[in-house]
Amino acid sequence: MFAFIVSRILQALPVMLAVALISFAMFAYVGDPVAIMLGQDFTEAQRQALIRDLGLDQPFFVQFGKFVLNAAQGEFGLSYRLSRPVLDLIIERAPATLELALTAAALALLIGVPMGVYTGLYRNSWLSRVFLTFSLVGVSLPTFLIGILLILTFSVWLGWLPSFGRGETVKIGGWSTGYLTWGGIKALILPSITLGLFQLTLIMRLVRAEMLEVLRTDYIKFARARGLTNRAVHFGHALKNTLVPVITITGLQLGAIIAFAIVTETVFQWPGMGLLFIQSVGAADIPVMAAYLMLIAALFVTINLIVDLLYYAVDPRLRIGGGKGGH
Amino acid sequence: MSNTLPLLEVRNLRVEFPTRRGILTALDDVSFDIHPGEVLGVVGESGAGKSMTGAAIIGLLEPPGRIAGGSISLGGRRIDNLPAKEMRTVRGREIGAIFQDPLTTLNPLYTVGRQLVETMTTHLPLNPAEARRKAVEWLELVGIPAAAQRIDSYPHEFSGGMRQRVVIALALCAEPKLIVADEPTTALDVSIQAQVIALLKRLAREKGTAMMLVTHDMGVIAETADRVAVMYAGRIAEIGAVRQVVKHPAHPYTIGLMGSIPPISHRMPRLLQIEGAMPRLSSIPRGCAYNPRCPRVFDRCRQDRPDLLDAGDTRAACWLYDGADKDAAHAAAESGYTEVRRG
Repeated sequence: MFAFIVSRILQALPVMLAVALISFAMFAYVGDPVAIMLGQDFTEAQRQALIRDLGLDQPFFVQFGKFVLNAAQGEFGLSYRLSRPVLDLIIERAPATLELALTAAALALLIGVPMGVYTGLYRNSWLSRVFLTFSLVGVSLPTFLIGILLILTFSVWLGWLPSFGRGETVKIGGWSTGYLTWGGIKALILPSITLGLFQLTLIMRLVRAEMLEVLRTDYIKFARARGLTNRAVHFGHALKNTLVPVITITGLQLGAIIAFAIVTETVFQWPGMGLLFIQSVGAADIPVMAAYLMLIAALFVTINLIVDLLYYAVDPRLRIGGGKGGH
Repeated sequence: MSNTLPLLEVRNLRVEFPTRRGILTALDDVSFDIHPGEVLGVVGESGAGKSMTGAAIIGLLEPPGRIAGGSISLGGRRIDNLPAKEMRTVRGREIGAIFQDPLTTLNPLYTVGRQLVETMTTHLPLNPAEARRKAVEWLELVGIPAAAQRIDSYPHEFSGGMRQRVVIALALCAEPKLIVADEPTTALDVSIQAQVIALLKRLAREKGTAMMLVTHDMGVIAETADRVAVMYAGRIAEIGAVRQVVKHPAHPYTIGLMGSIPPISHRMPRLLQIEGAMPRLSSIPRGCAYNPRCPRVFDRCRQDRPDLLDAGDTRAACWLYDGADKDAAHAAAESGYTEVRRG
């Protein structure tokens, strides 16, 4: 087990290095940092001095090595736009995005899995048809449209829920949470539905397809032949066998929810990392973009590792031999 | 044996599959009994309806298949029309089932111990600790070495033969009165087959469990069964004591079937071959289903369907036995193939 984790972390290193290279390349090719920092009036001597200070006169590999070393310590430099350390900016914004993503993922799982099981078991009931039709809407409507429609209905017409922002938050240590106030929870509802709806329908359809497959297997027939209750057959034997693909997709989707909360955060003016990123893109704030890129890559790598570990927990066949994981 | 009340009575069982192109009759007018402690072998070609009969008895026909007529009674109580909930208490508790492929019948994600315990606690008044103790006993009984350690192993940690032993333990652990074993050895190595059959036979005898043994292996039947039913195109062609059916088959189909098995005692220049193939369910001929392939066919066979008739030692669905002289009919039935063999 330990050897497996170590080997996966070693495999992750080249991935992170590659992403670091791309991040680093942005500095060189997206705008000229020297020109940005010097502004309008400068002498050639000032320019040369700045280039030396920034280390831009050094060979490529030395520069890249420095970037990687700094990045490994969480040091991404100053934001061009806000003149504050990039890491501080991201840490400030992370709780908003993580809470939103977590709520959306929880919604997707807690509603999507039971709906998938139901539609798998009762293929022809009218409720299954309603769910499937609903899931088509979820899959095909773009996120921003869903967000705007929700705002129109629940904020503008009904006036029940806030249309933007996080509401009141409480600071616990360095973490600002919206879970502890009524206003914070109310503010979470619309954005998390917007962000989670696609995932919900995806999980539902996946669970349904897997259930249909598993219910045809011999071991389910045999479980029935042993006279086990429907509950034990459906939720014990069948559902557990659908979990491996569901975990894979959910893991990847959780990464996607965090990384691509950008649209939802923009629609709801949610003060998270996505909003920070989109504002940085507008201002060509390369240090923030580079840091965001690295962070999201690290996030995907971590989630994949957790997903692989969950396989081990779910499927005993993968435990033998301590192989390279994967399914 | 025949003076006791039958444990299982199947009467005029008819199973249909509604399809887009009309209703297919998969089982037609199937009747037989199984007495307590008796082993009934069911043989036939693929698609003859052997497994379907087993599935109908345990109430697990694949939809859209359905029982369209007849009755199935266990210990005098009809079980073919029970509500799903009551049928669940029959399955496992009163009728155990063994399937063909032990590699796919066990849930890969649960230990064998857990699968045994859940089966027993579902049907018997046992707490989990007692059930676990019994689970170890069952694993020992079916010949799993070091059962106390292996109980927490997962199915994939056992070989095919060992898995089928676990399946047998699972089928028997709630002590049912009847076991429906659907090709229990077909998927196993030949060397393992004999062991598993011997185990099944021994356990059934020790526990007094009756068994319906579905197989296409006549060797297994001859060795294990008390009586045998030969099925053809969804109907029973012949039924009787296994010795009689093997040594003196009455139905031309059974005769052909037996003649196509190479004898081990002497060399045979050529095995008997039945011309043609079993009809598909959608095109079962009128009259006797075997008539297009039968060397002794006559007009009546193409018009009317024979019921099971007294054929001396066995009962056969063949018009040859409609008369009083059973011996002459036997001779007639056999003569059909002698010509084929010479030609």
